[in-house]
Amino acid sequence: MIATMLAEAWSALIANRLRSALTMLGMIIGVAAVILMLAIGGGVQKQVQESIAGLGSNLLIVTAGSGRQGGIFGGAGTGASLRIDDADAIARLDNVVAAAPSTSVPAQAVAGPANWATNVTGSVPAYFLVNEWTVEDGRIFTDREERAGARVAVLGQTTADKLFGANDPLGQMVRIKGISFTIIGLLEKRGQGFGGQDRDDVIVVPLTTALRLLQGNFFRRSIRTISVSVASAEALDPVTDDINALLRRKHRLRPGDQDDFQVANLTAITDTLTTTTSAISLLLAAIGSISLVVGGIGIMNIMLVSVTERTREIGIRMAIGASRAAVRLQFLLEALMLSLIGCGVGVAVGTGLAMLAGGAVGFATDVTPFAVTIAFAVSASIGIFFGWWPATRAAKLSPIEALRS
Amino acid sequence: MTALLALDAVVKDYASEAGTFRALHGVTVSVEKGEFMAIMGPSGSGKSTLMNIIGCLDTPTDGHYRFEGTDTATLSEGQLARLRNDGIGFVFQQFNLLPRLSALANVALPMVYSGVPRAEREARAQALLASVGLGDKPKSRPSQLSGGQQQRVAVARSLANNPELLLADEPTGALDTKTGIEVLALFRALNEDKGVTVVIVTHDPEVAKATNRVVRIQDGLVFYDGPPTDAALFGHAEVAA
Ligand SMILES: Nc1ncnc2c1ncn2[C@@H]1O[C@H](COP(=O)(O)OP(=O)(O)OP(=O)(O)O)[C@@H](O)[C@H]1O
Ligand SMILES: [Mg+2]
Repeated sequence: MIATMLAEAWSALIANRLRSALTMLGMIIGVAAVILMLAIGGGVQKQVQESIAGLGSNLLIVTAGSGRQGGIFGGAGTGASLRIDDADAIARLDNVVAAAPSTSVPAQAVAGPANWATNVTGSVPAYFLVNEWTVEDGRIFTDREERAGARVAVLGQTTADKLFGANDPLGQMVRIKGISFTIIGLLEKRGQGFGGQDRDDVIVVPLTTALRLLQGNFFRRSIRTISVSVASAEALDPVTDDINALLRRKHRLRPGDQDDFQVANLTAITDTLTTTTSAISLLLAAIGSISLVVGGIGIMNIMLVSVTERTREIGIRMAIGASRAAVRLQFLLEALMLSLIGCGVGVAVGTGLAMLAGGAVGFATDVTPFAVTIAFAVSASIGIFFGWWPATRAAKLSPIEALRS
Repeated sequence: MTALLALDAVVKDYASEAGTFRALHGVTVSVEKGEFMAIMGPSGSGKSTLMNIIGCLDTPTDGHYRFEGTDTATLSEGQLARLRNDGIGFVFQQFNLLPRLSALANVALPMVYSGVPRAEREARAQALLASVGLGDKPKSRPSQLSGGQQQRVAVARSLANNPELLLADEPTGALDTKTGIEVLALFRALNEDKGVTVVIVTHDPEVAKATNRVVRIQDGLVFYDGPPTDAALFGHAEVAA
């Protein structure tokens, strides 16, 4: 009986092709909007998660220089910048696994005929540990090389690609600010960072070498950042406090003095980002849902018209024995069919748009089976919800009055 | 033995802007199983009103209508639908076929509602079409059939679930004499071969003459109830004693 009624519902929709198609259009737009919004939201979320995954877990970043509120900087000689021995002191704190001081200068790298503007980071071997970054090929420099100021370099994939193309960079030379470095390692790929910056566009050299040869302020031993790897997520807050206390003491700051450094808890930041992005994608989906509801009202509208137009048909069906339940079911099936076919087309359209949008903004949008399931479930509910009233109106007709119309 | 159907002082009022209009003033008629009868009367006398009540399409304002001894007022909506589905076959003056469905699907429709499996109901619908002489046109839409053919499809449909009672409201009204006679012969055969009780509303004395009993209605009252005498057929009869 259901099969027959489905076939009948289908033929009723076909009989009013144009009208059915226009009614579905509401659902199509609604579903496509929801799918698209979820895809964009999901893509953003995925990207954030990938960035987070590439950060290393339980990481604190200590940066030099205070906030510049009031335009006041610490005076010269007061230890306004971070120093390497700050990193050593932090490394000795409880619950700190490693602390890697680093500095970074933009520089033009030259290899044979090729040259490329990139960032040169100077750091210690622990830098790779803290950032959970390993070489794909070759090796990183050793502590001994670092202390000795060896002229060796480890390349990110983008930089290697720009300078050497398909050739193997290992053992080759790269010139930075007129100084030649031997390439000893090629880092694994890391992808984009939060700001969309390319984290593979980098050259890492020993810190001592960078300070002495590239930055030229070796005697001040002043560095930009200290990356601190903490033993556990629970220890992040206490360690943050410890670092604050330690550095204030070491930098001889009096109570009331502003910090001349900042400690950032990346886990906290990424948590906020994750919450924010999922809120954004929910919001987007909610906006899409409004058009779904509008589509549902369109279905209700057309079903009401249809019931009025087909009163006589309803009368005939009742006269030959259709129960009220059967009449209701018939119109519900029609409404359901409208909404589900609309949903199917909407999913296809939404997926297509999501792919286009992904290509346009340059990140992967993500149409998940979950989103599609939700779309169908919501559409089915809308079909039933907005079909119910018209179907009930049809079922409530008295056979004789329906026949007379 | 209880009558197949019994109307007891049935009153029907229609409400309109101009107040209520009493179409039936207390009709008492009972019909036994296997009867073949005609209802006659002038236009507006209440014949269709009566048929609709007998067919459970409408309900009396007052009085009782019993089908096989059961007061239909006590039946639920579902039970009434069931009765319309397989207890009573209705043939309408205006055919009332569903225009979108083929002749076969129209005939099969009552069986859809009674839950007969597809293969079985299509076979039976085809057999019914053949029995009304339309075995070669199962796929035709009503619009592709002549009036007589449509009426025969309607008759086939009314028989789909082997009803005990066949009601026909002016079944030959829209047909020429020859097709009218054919449809009538069909009813006769059903009555004689299968024992189906047949009630026909007609204006045509020729049609009424072929039946065994005539009920004349006038102004919502039974005016004559008896054999199809000439006086009864042509409306000169007095109220039956
Ligand atoms: N729905 C209705 N509302 C108001 N009055 C009605 C309604 N249906 C029928 N009537 C009135 O009831 C009376 C009986 O109508 P009915 O249709 O039963 O007559 P009939 O005997 O079948 O006539 P005909 O031979 O023309 O078909 C008529 O006067 C008609 O105007
Ligand atoms: Mg009539």
